Amino acid sequence: MNEAFVVSILAITIRAGISLLYATLGEIFTERSGILNLGVEGIMVMGAATAFAVSYHSDSAWLGVLAALLVGGLMALLHAFLSITLRADQTVSGLALTIFGTGLASFMGQRLGPGGTTMVGLQGPSFERFPLPLLSKIPYIGMSVFNQDILAYILYLLIPILWFYLYKTQAGLHLRAVGEKPQAADAMGINVARTRYLYTVFGGMLIGLAGAHLSMAYLQGWAENITGGRGWIAIALVIFAMWDPVRAMVGAVLFGGINALQFRMQAAGATIPSSFLNMMPYLFTIIVLVVITAYERIGKRIGAPAALGLPFAREEKG
Amino acid sequence: MSIVFEKRLKSSRIAGILTPVLSFLLALVFCSFILLAFGIDPIEAFSVMVDGAFGSTYALTETMVKAIPLMLTGLGVAIAFRMLFWNIGAEGQLALGGIAASYVALFMSDYLPGATVLPLMILLGALAGAIWGLIPALLKSYLGVNEILTTLMMNYIAILLVEYLYLGPWRDPDGYGFPGTAPFPEAAWLPRLTGRVHAGIIIAIIAAVVMWFILSRTRWGYEIRLIGENRNAARYTGVSITKNLVLVMLLSGGLAGIAGVAEVAGLTRRLYGLTVGYGYTAIIVAWLAALNPWGVIMVAFLMAGLLVGGDQLQIAMQTPAAVSEVLQGAILFFVLGSSIFANYRIRIKRTPRLAPGASDE
Repeated sequence: MNEAFVVSILAITIRAGISLLYATLGEIFTERSGILNLGVEGIMVMGAATAFAVSYHSDSAWLGVLAALLVGGLMALLHAFLSITLRADQTVSGLALTIFGTGLASFMGQRLGPGGTTMVGLQGPSFERFPLPLLSKIPYIGMSVFNQDILAYILYLLIPILWFYLYKTQAGLHLRAVGEKPQAADAMGINVARTRYLYTVFGGMLIGLAGAHLSMAYLQGWAENITGGRGWIAIALVIFAMWDPVRAMVGAVLFGGINALQFRMQAAGATIPSSFLNMMPYLFTIIVLVVITAYERIGKRIGAPAALGLPFAREEKG
Repeated sequence: MSIVFEKRLKSSRIAGILTPVLSFLLALVFCSFILLAFGIDPIEAFSVMVDGAFGSTYALTETMVKAIPLMLTGLGVAIAFRMLFWNIGAEGQLALGGIAASYVALFMSDYLPGATVLPLMILLGALAGAIWGLIPALLKSYLGVNEILTTLMMNYIAILLVEYLYLGPWRDPDGYGFPGTAPFPEAAWLPRLTGRVHAGIIIAIIAAVVMWFILSRTRWGYEIRLIGENRNAARYTGVSITKNLVLVMLLSGGLAGIAGVAEVAGLTRRLYGLTVGYGYTAIIVAWLAALNPWGVIMVAFLMAGLLVGGDQLQIAMQTPAAVSEVLQGAILFFVLGSSIFANYRIRIKRTPRLAPGASDE
């Protein structure tokens, strides 16, 4: 295989995987605290819409990113309030967030272009790819891994930081305790509700950023249904990753690879109709879920935080 | 001083009736602010919506047209939710029903006696939807695979499949290149009652009666409710969760499949643009109806009004129809948020103290 081919495949793989990984990391931290946020798809699409709208009108890409972080955090805050303070059903609250977010993003997409018109087809500020000095000279991975946009580079730094935070710091220990044994964490003097609020909002911000990467770097523009189920795939990736940030990276590369393959086959004029090529990520998600769940069963490994999705109330403790 | 939530032994009946109404009003207020932020007069927008959905005979029949698929998918979703199986896949199950019915209408009806075409469409449509719903149920009960994700992924697959068919091999050869299959022969038409309202409404109401009967009058219904309320108790009393899950999902998927049949045979009379999101709205319908079959029929009508009203808004004020989706989401938020008042008694205590021997709920 020649280098140019490998580089191009690898580059698309990573590019497609960035937003997935941001969203997956966000959901991992949310779920680690014991909160199941099924609103990923809705937050992501809102992140994409706000990032594009704000950057387009302000002519500043970074303001767009900031807006996506803010919107992601706010939507997650709503979910946190419903599921932590009001003890509402987390599954339904997450679904509501997705329906609400999809609707509002579509609404914004049709109204926030110049003079109240559509945002479809507009060209706004975007994050372009640039090669990193020295690192991009490495054969094969240089011009693929180290020739990406700034949000990708931030992500490269974020993965080891989040891993270290989760497993090697006191705060990470508290976070895991809250998700596994909230009663015990509470007895240790950790504020369970506050911890859950904190990481749900943090997770939402990362998910919002995932959306921003879609509309400002990967696809560079707004389109209805821009996320196309990526939020749900991210939730599946959390299970695949067994709630581990580094394993999430493997999953994102895997799904990015599916995307790259899809592009390649389409470009090569494959005889398979494009509808079937477009089904690949969804079909693959099901297959991955089946395999990983079976594997966890056989290995008797329970990956999910023990208190995931369960409300916690001090008064109710024994 | 502290705020204490005390779990009610039985959820409050008054709160149970008041909260949905109040939630709806609060959602309207909430959405008014969103509309205002976009420079749209909310009072004018809502009156256009109400008028467009309920203001005339024509409006009412159009609302009824959209209520039919919502009723059928809503009933299907509700019975699955009753046993806490999160079937988010009504959209895909509906699509499969529409595909199967279209196959019968397009490729088999020439060889069948006219009177058998419609029954066969309904039968195969229900079967296709049921099989699409059965797959996640089997994956859940034998492997423990998360059903929310599998049902959702299968939606995306089904939607692409429908598109593939009417854009590709099933496209009308005499359609001047436009998307969509050829029109169905008349034997494959579901009769219309008034306006565009078709006999699907009768099927939906029969389905609600059957569902009410199953849930409240049969041992099967008792088992479904028991599994939903207390899975462990169900297991100890020897109720098979797997068997019930399979049966419930056959029913749930089958109902959504029939919704798909009704859409193609009653409304479009060909296969085109089938998946417009009824399967997702059905989740809201089921939840707002508290998973009660009669509630589903009523709430489906109201939600259909919201959809028709949203379309009218787009026509009259060039306001995106997605407003109705935003409203749906908001209503659900407020209903969820307020359910705490029905299930808990909220007291303000002066001195927080741990009651000795407080049960751990």
